[in-house]
Amino acid sequence: MTALETVQNAIRMEHITKRFGNVVANHDITLELHKGEILSLLGENGSGKTTLMNMLSGIYYSDEGQIYVNDKPVTISSPKDAFDLGIGMIHQHFKLVDVFTATENIVLGLEEPGRLDLKKASQKITEICQRYGFEVDLNQKIYEMSVSQKQAVEIVKVLYRGADILILDEPTAVLTPQETDKLFTVMRNMKADGKSLIIITHKLHEVLEVSDRVAVLRKGEYIGDVATRDASQQSLTDMMVGHAVSLNINRPDPVNVHPRLEVKGLTVYDELGVKRLSDVTFTANSGEILGIAGIAGSGQRELLEAISGLYPISAGNILFHPESEDEKAPADQKVRELVGLDPMAIRKCGVSMAFVPEDRLGMGLVGSMGMTGNMMLRSWRKGKGAFLNRKEPETLANRIWKELDVVTPSVSFPVRRMSGGNVQKVLVGREIAQEPAVLMTAYAVRGLDINTSYTIYNLLTEEKMKGVAVVYVGEDLDVLLELCDRILVLCGGQVSGIVDARTADKRQLGTLMTRVGGGSVHA
Amino acid sequence: MRNLVKQIHISKRTELPWYKAWAIRGVAILLALVACALVTMLLTGENPISIYITIFEGAFGTARRTWITAQDLAILLGISLAVTPAFKMRFWNIGAEGQVLIGGLATAACMICLADTLSNGMVILCMILASVLAGALWGFLPAFFKAKWNTNETLFTLMMNYIATQLAAYYIIVWEVPKGSGKIGIINQSTEVGWLPQIGNQYLLSIVVVVILTGFMYLYLSRSKHGYEIAVVGESQRTASYAGIKVDRVIIRTMVLSGAICGLMGLLLVGSINHTLTTTVVDNRGFTAVMVSWMAKFNPIVMVFTSLLLVVLSRGASEISSTFGLNHSFADILTGIIIFFIIGSEFFITYRINLRKSVEKEA
Amino acid sequence: MFDLVSFIPRAVMQGIPLLYGSTGEILTEKSGNLNLGIPGVMYVGGICGVIGSFFYEQAVPAESMNAFLAVGIPMACSLLGSLLMGLLYSFLTITLRANQNVTGLALTTFGVGVGNFFGGSLIKLTNSEVPSIALSATSAYFSKSLPFAGSLGWFGQVFLSYGFLAYLAVIIAIVASYILKRTRVGLQLRAVGESPATADAAGINVTRYKYTATCIGSMIAGLGGLYYVMDYACGVWSNNAFGDRGWLAIALVIFTIWRPNVSILASILFGGFYILYLYIPSGLDLSVKELYKMIPYVVTLVVLIIVSMRKKREHQPPASLGLPYFREER
Repeated sequence: MTALETVQNAIRMEHITKRFGNVVANHDITLELHKGEILSLLGENGSGKTTLMNMLSGIYYSDEGQIYVNDKPVTISSPKDAFDLGIGMIHQHFKLVDVFTATENIVLGLEEPGRLDLKKASQKITEICQRYGFEVDLNQKIYEMSVSQKQAVEIVKVLYRGADILILDEPTAVLTPQETDKLFTVMRNMKADGKSLIIITHKLHEVLEVSDRVAVLRKGEYIGDVATRDASQQSLTDMMVGHAVSLNINRPDPVNVHPRLEVKGLTVYDELGVKRLSDVTFTANSGEILGIAGIAGSGQRELLEAISGLYPISAGNILFHPESEDEKAPADQKVRELVGLDPMAIRKCGVSMAFVPEDRLGMGLVGSMGMTGNMMLRSWRKGKGAFLNRKEPETLANRIWKELDVVTPSVSFPVRRMSGGNVQKVLVGREIAQEPAVLMTAYAVRGLDINTSYTIYNLLTEEKMKGVAVVYVGEDLDVLLELCDRILVLCGGQVSGIVDARTADKRQLGTLMTRVGGGSVHA
Repeated sequence: MRNLVKQIHISKRTELPWYKAWAIRGVAILLALVACALVTMLLTGENPISIYITIFEGAFGTARRTWITAQDLAILLGISLAVTPAFKMRFWNIGAEGQVLIGGLATAACMICLADTLSNGMVILCMILASVLAGALWGFLPAFFKAKWNTNETLFTLMMNYIATQLAAYYIIVWEVPKGSGKIGIINQSTEVGWLPQIGNQYLLSIVVVVILTGFMYLYLSRSKHGYEIAVVGESQRTASYAGIKVDRVIIRTMVLSGAICGLMGLLLVGSINHTLTTTVVDNRGFTAVMVSWMAKFNPIVMVFTSLLLVVLSRGASEISSTFGLNHSFADILTGIIIFFIIGSEFFITYRINLRKSVEKEA
Repeated sequence: MFDLVSFIPRAVMQGIPLLYGSTGEILTEKSGNLNLGIPGVMYVGGICGVIGSFFYEQAVPAESMNAFLAVGIPMACSLLGSLLMGLLYSFLTITLRANQNVTGLALTTFGVGVGNFFGGSLIKLTNSEVPSIALSATSAYFSKSLPFAGSLGWFGQVFLSYGFLAYLAVIIAIVASYILKRTRVGLQLRAVGESPATADAAGINVTRYKYTATCIGSMIAGLGGLYYVMDYACGVWSNNAFGDRGWLAIALVIFTIWRPNVSILASILFGGFYILYLYIPSGLDLSVKELYKMIPYVVTLVVLIIVSMRKKREHQPPASLGLPYFREER
């Protein structure tokens, strides 16, 4: 036996399978977490990472397989079982009660003997914070906290319960680079203290930076593991996607480029008064795809919603340039200011704008309606009188059904029950059918299989060649670099750069995403 | 060794054909009728068949009973139709009781105060306008605050019921005849001013109005632009704004419509059926309507049947009460039981229950 | 001249059923269940007590009644009745995830029906001339005030002249308030009502908390019905006499912004509104009293509106109020 083989397992998951209805989320997965290590669980969106971890934290119960903790077989059928075994999970969506203080949240659910003594608890919590380097105001209410503070509360909560095994589900997705650094420091402190950690992520540089070992999932299957010191971005990517990335997205050169949408000094604040976009200025041209990159929550959603008239704007201009800029053109073909207009007003003044939002079923579609009903979402107001015109939407639904190969029993089948890819086809199909002048998409291929993704890329490129100004908000940098003509990078609500997608590389984008103005700006 | 654990596993059904869903509801109603029969047997000692014969007799035994059943059905159905658009929008209006009552109060006010000054036709016109406007106002207030400040509509509409009740109580004493009786009595008994015209017989007017209303509501909800807006707002307010639907306006407009139709029902109750006003003239139908509408899954046509079920039961139960010497509240107990069964059955339509087989592992 | 010394005891006696109802409903709502069945539950709590004491009074002559049994039997019956109502509501809304509004309204229809039906049946059994049952012997035990209350002048009248159920209501409200604010159970209950998913993830048995809170809430509310008939109404049950007090209790929950300790004074205030007309000279015009009776609802409405306008997070209804919880939702 070599020294390596004597490592003890904190957790061993053996032949785990989990199904949701007909979907197999995890298939026959065997995974180990060694004591005192940081393990990265790597995989693309929808590869089953979170589902797998939820079985450790007692949220789900596996259909098949066995879990061992410290080499003992265990049954984890509730979160309480998980706590009792020293397993704590920090979910992506924080599980905190908004109107409670940090302390109240941290002691929540603990069955300690004696009466509830928040003072004593606070002392113990303060000790934990100091030991690992958290900065938390214990008497602050959760709803007053920033995202990173909430995350700190989550982690402290788990530590307070005496967890030795911590699972962090994409903890950095919502953090700024500085906050990420702080988190990694804390994680290393915990490891030094003998804790075992799993970090779920799909960001390679983080994997390399913080973890000791990497395990990779792909489409619900376990691909393998590798020590981080033996891994590179390339090798991990290969494991994650199965083959070396060569996307080969067809990218014709833009034609007849001229300004279509001009955004100047756009600034917005959210309900809580936090600045979400700060002085954003750019131009989207007809006949090209403008990519928008940035870590999650950098203002992408706000930007698209502000342009579509769904987000209150506190400063700036959004100018729409119609097809012909002829001086003698009638009034309705002059440059139009869109700020202050709601979606209907924008439509009424003749600006045809299509928007594929990130939240497909919560915003772009009505889940309980069929394709026909969803087609009407864009056309319901058409026609005279009080009654709906159902003919045209039905024709359109049938056309999209056929042309985009949507898998559905009928055009009246509720879209909620369709698979993710088909839902997106319905949404994109409808938006394109409007023959828009501007087409904006947010995470258009998230959660979709490769084939559907390519269908979407091709549709977008077709639109571009028709002279539409396409805005593509994406997370996969490879796709952005191969699909788009120019890429705008957002960082903390500001434009940190606009680069030419044909000459830029990933490193350059990565730098821009984490630092405003970091790197030379091409355009 | 792992212990033999049998776990009940509940998951959301992906789909259930409509006929199966209705079959489950049908079974639930059957079970409910059996349970009702059992309860009635316990309390009366009669056999269930004769109980149901009595119920049927009570509802349809004579031509007059059938007409009254039809009239009761019309009013309950009318109120149920009124609350439905709001429910489809997920606006929990439980204020129909007050909206109907305030419509009735407005009707009575016109009948009493205008009888001496205006012609019969003008009085009736005023009654129609006043009742619809009063109901609409009662619907508008909670909707306005919901749209503006997201004020909880369930609690708001609930309070509005009692404000309407106390207003009615106040005016009943102001208008009481004779003084000190605490009752208005039949309004304009001698002149019949403000009594809505009879068509055919005294029952038919309400029935005709509600038949028209049913058709209108069915078309409104399923075929009109407004109906589409309501459906989208009910599903997701974000989707609605995305589609350019002005959510606030739809909420207010829909509640005004709900309230207006409730007001119209108040008009029928006071102007056509009772010719008087009491604080209990609505008789909890505002609340029953919530259940009727919900049990029918907000489908106006199905509502005809759910309200028929409850009306027949209620009329039948009062027949049982008099035949077997029980009191009339017996109907409420039976109504409760039926609704519990139907509410419960929804679970088996929405969810699937699996008994998870034990997973036995070697040690 | 406004007679405060006689006004306050009457306001208190009006307020106690509301206090029971609102305390029960607050506990229920804190678990995320909006139980609109509370009016029905209070009817059932009342009638079950009546049934219990009716049969005890029938079985035992008044002079040989045992004080403990005379109080214990109706109370046990009342608690059992409202517990069953609470269980029914819980089963439908928690286990079967039925719509809370519809279930609550059905429960109220059912409960009021049960109250009036059995009330009517008992009245028939007694062959009495008037449509009510008088249980004066039992009532005497319930409304017995402290022996020295009468000798303490205004102080005795204002503070000590009530039956034990009145003091119990105050104690329950204080205890409920303490539990909600200061104890672990209360913290966890509030978490369940605010965010069941969070509570679940923290290892709290959401279903158990919801069931327990709803059932205990029902039992407390049921005692309000019992107090009403045994103490306030001097043991006289007549159908529909309890009226709309159940809904007023629900209004109180909003008025007090979900705080049972505030409810103690607020329920007395509401009780005061209820009888204010007796003390304000309005000539012979009885109609005005109906407008006074409107005050509690109007005031509640105003509070509801102000709270929603101010958007202070702590003053909002429990965040998951009215929503069913299902863990494997995805």
